[in-house]
Amino acid sequence: MSKNLYLFAGVAALYLLTGLFLTSWNQTLLILNFALVSSIMALGVNMQWGYAGLFNTGVMGFAALGGLAVVLVNVPPVHEAWRIGGLGIFGGLAIGAATIALTILVRGRMAKGRARGLATAALLIGGFLLFRWIYDPAVTAVEAINPSVTGNIGGLGLPILLAWPAGGLLAAAAAWGIGKTALGLRSDYLAIATLGIAEIVVAVMKNEDWLARGVKMMNLQERPWPVPFEVELQRSPHFLDLAASWGFDPVSASSVVVKLTYMMMILVVLGFVIWLSERALKSPWGRMMRAIRDNEDAARAMGKDVTRRHLQIFILGSAVIGIAGAILTSMDGILNPGTYQPLRFTFLIWVMVIVGGSGNNWGALLGGLLIGWLWLIVEALGPMVMGAITAGMAPGPLKAHLIDSAQHMRLLTMGALLLLVLRFSPRGLLPEK
Amino acid sequence: MDILNAFVTFLNFVFVPGLAYGSQLALGALGVTLIYSILRFSNFAHGDTMAFGTMVTILMTWLLQSRGIGLGPLPTALLALPFGIAATAALVLVTDRVIYRFYRRQKAAPTILVIVSLGVMFVMNGIVRLIIGVEDQNFVDGARFLISAGDFKAWSGLNEGLAIRATQAVTVVTALATVAALFWFLQKTRTGKSMRAFSDNEDLALLSGINPDRVVQVTWILAAALATIAGVLYGLDKSFKPFTYFQLLLPIFAAAIVGGIGNPLGAIAGGFVIAFSEVTVTYAWKKVVTYLVPESLAPDGLVQLMTTDYKFAVSFSILILVLIFMPTGLFKGKSI
Repeated sequence: MSKNLYLFAGVAALYLLTGLFLTSWNQTLLILNFALVSSIMALGVNMQWGYAGLFNTGVMGFAALGGLAVVLVNVPPVHEAWRIGGLGIFGGLAIGAATIALTILVRGRMAKGRARGLATAALLIGGFLLFRWIYDPAVTAVEAINPSVTGNIGGLGLPILLAWPAGGLLAAAAAWGIGKTALGLRSDYLAIATLGIAEIVVAVMKNEDWLARGVKMMNLQERPWPVPFEVELQRSPHFLDLAASWGFDPVSASSVVVKLTYMMMILVVLGFVIWLSERALKSPWGRMMRAIRDNEDAARAMGKDVTRRHLQIFILGSAVIGIAGAILTSMDGILNPGTYQPLRFTFLIWVMVIVGGSGNNWGALLGGLLIGWLWLIVEALGPMVMGAITAGMAPGPLKAHLIDSAQHMRLLTMGALLLLVLRFSPRGLLPEK
Repeated sequence: MDILNAFVTFLNFVFVPGLAYGSQLALGALGVTLIYSILRFSNFAHGDTMAFGTMVTILMTWLLQSRGIGLGPLPTALLALPFGIAATAALVLVTDRVIYRFYRRQKAAPTILVIVSLGVMFVMNGIVRLIIGVEDQNFVDGARFLISAGDFKAWSGLNEGLAIRATQAVTVVTALATVAALFWFLQKTRTGKSMRAFSDNEDLALLSGINPDRVVQVTWILAAALATIAGVLYGLDKSFKPFTYFQLLLPIFAAAIVGGIGNPLGAIAGGFVIAFSEVTVTYAWKKVVTYLVPESLAPDGLVQLMTTDYKFAVSFSILILVLIFMPTGLFKGKSI
């Protein structure tokens, strides 16, 4: 236990030193919040990988679905769009879903042979044409409504806090679909399938403007209760007095307060997830999961439904990632599908899990805090260090190139770190007990 | 009704681009499938290996161009290609020696090797971005067209032109030569035969005195060559951008799996299946349909099944369909 405490104390010291010497407190809290949210994602991946040995390379997609949920829950509905295109869009999508369901049903009923193949093809093509015929005009109509401000259907206009669980639900639904098809096949197939679904989720979010304005981005007008806006704080005399008495200037004090409030809320979610996972891990269910992970054949022989259990934990882990994705978007105050990049979302989270110690929830938290810090601090300090290294060089294209490329150093750093940990300490900083 | 013009339009916008893209995917999938059948893991770093090889080739091309050395109508990159292959082979051999060998000796699970290859992917991606940056690089030179649209129209008297870009012709010819050489190597040479034996049954191959280290080294060299050629051809045909090469991973894996992973013939077939599906689904068929149907029925819309933004969805859907209905692929592949 003492080693674990030292490690956490070391990470805490890192953050303190960052705040004291390297950057401002505001910046440090920004890094901390990012690291904490990433830790929640790492917990989700850890459930899938650490408990069950499932290799999910689609973290980005599930996080993006969480972000989408924020817009769909919180943004006020655009009534005109609903009136013009709501029926067409959702009717079209329903027809698409019904086509797939009907095809599956028909294939189940018919005997194998040419007739079944023809029927499948006819159903799919017919359904697709019908879908496009209803869906396309509705989308065009919706996207034409005041495109510089809306052009989308909006959301439900509910409090943003509700979006956090909704993000989990959306991610869970996607996980169910992908798990149903790819689980039970070879382990690499899940990796490839999740890699693909993540790209597709982000492509849909970029291109379907009616949904959340695509790359035109969606600003959020609200913050989750009880987080205040900085401007409101700066207007409140009570807060100004308080800031003055502590000797802070009101602008930076207000943003520190906002970030601290967010931090508290993230900590609540994080604590809840860790508590539940620890309880689950120690329960008979957790023992069964580990038994399946360590020897699938033996577990199957003992009568455990391995595929079903895998599906269950895949959905649970993805839901946790979705919740974290929703928190991240509501914290950013904007949904920008362009920011979802596999290196930052998927692979960074993986480095966190592996470095922290797969199979150990506290390890995922430690990894999240450490790697999250490293990721952002290298971004902040990389150009500075590179500047110092190249200080003696004559100015020219080479020097400019080196300074420019400093930001790519972190990919190299993360990759090297992952490889080193895998090689020399494969169980991570906090090994599974 | 104007079948001839419709056919030429089809050739020009669907068949020729699909053929070139399919050749590039096939070469990429061949590399993935080779690694899979000998080293028994899905190499996620393959896209970035392609990017690395292409980057070295581009740098060498620039050097050659600055010295005024070229191939006349052919792209200078072809002359630089051997240097790219050599550098990439050296890189993957070092990677294998420093990183993969340890896990092979441990007989680590395939999933661990996949994660290790993720780490390698990160490092290679970092190296490429450090050296050449993230921007688009265009390095094609030489003749632009083998047949230009104008010449074709003048020759055939049709409304529609058929343009074959030089890079497309170079792609197909190079891919054919590469595949022929690869199959000759695998079928006829002693090393190739020992590779196939190793892939079929590792224990038996070891018992009959095949040196596993040598097989692994040759596999890596072949994979590096295939990756570099595929990357350079793709870069010549479209353009070079590190992130695109990472994204190519999905269609390449889809091609390898659709064909039956571990099966070289399957990888080629899979490459063309994926490429042609992607092009046919994302192409706007309006022109072709307009030629084929009576004037009164001509379509108003683009007659496009999906926009090009969703081209990944195409390879993904095919991948899923194959996984569900024939998990070992079109040609019988392995499944461990």
